[in-house]
Amino acid sequence: MILSLSKDTIQVLKEQDVVFLKNRVKETAVKIKMGLVNQTRLLTAASELVRNMMRYANGGVCLIEVVSSGRNNGVRLTFSDRGPGIPDIAAAMRDGFSTGKSLGLGLPGTKRLVNEFDIKSKVGEGTVITIIKWANG
Amino acid sequence: MDKIPILRMGAFLLVTIQVDLYDRLALNLEADLVQMVNNTNAKGVLIDISAVSIVDSFMGRIIGNIASMSKILDAETVVVGMQPAVAITLIELGLPLKGVHTALDMEKGMNLLKSMIEVTEEDEDQEQDDDLIAE
Repeated sequence: MILSLSKDTIQVLKEQDVVFLKNRVKETAVKIKMGLVNQTRLLTAASELVRNMMRYANGGVCLIEVVSSGRNNGVRLTFSDRGPGIPDIAAAMRDGFSTGKSLGLGLPGTKRLVNEFDIKSKVGEGTVITIIKWANG
Repeated sequence: MDKIPILRMGAFLLVTIQVDLYDRLALNLEADLVQMVNNTNAKGVLIDISAVSIVDSFMGRIIGNIASMSKILDAETVVVGMQPAVAITLIELGLPLKGVHTALDMEKGMNLLKSMIEVTEEDEDQEQDDDLIAE
């Protein structure tokens, strides 16, 4: 059972919004006393996902939540966009797969950096990616 | 528009990144640096990332690109001062930065660059000696 303790929604449409979002994520992680290495993992994951959102969907919305599973607190980030969607999620989750000109590490790499990773996408409607990083985990 | 300064010191170029990189800034740095290597005939590039708290796949790729591009222009690249948390994240992300030389701090990086460049010069001297003997 995961409870949400606080909610914060941020629109990401321009490159300046990305900087603002990263700062908010960092503040949230610091607030729940997340260690430096986990903070760096979470911020790097957020950086990957927000770049995808900007590049493929021209921006979207990020929901930042502090969540609790009883003993452990964590940060949950939900990235939602109304972009083209991902036709083949299994392929997108493979290392080295990219429809753009990138290294194809974004999604599989992000999954390795966080504790929980969920992706839902519908072609023509958009993509929602949710990640959780626990303060101790 | 922000710009990351590139300093020239003898045959080397020094870059100290004091802000968290965003995409456009990183791309500009890549272009400026490669241009500078060409203009100044630099033999080595030293990039200090001790103040950078996040390197994601895009930034990692730019660092790799700078090293490869400089290499083609006959300059070695050494990245110094990477924070331990950044090193952990890069490997977990799947980006081992192959082909990029690293050193713990500026001084060690400078020594590494000097040794790499001296070795090459000695090799050239050796070749010239060999040529003389052949004649």
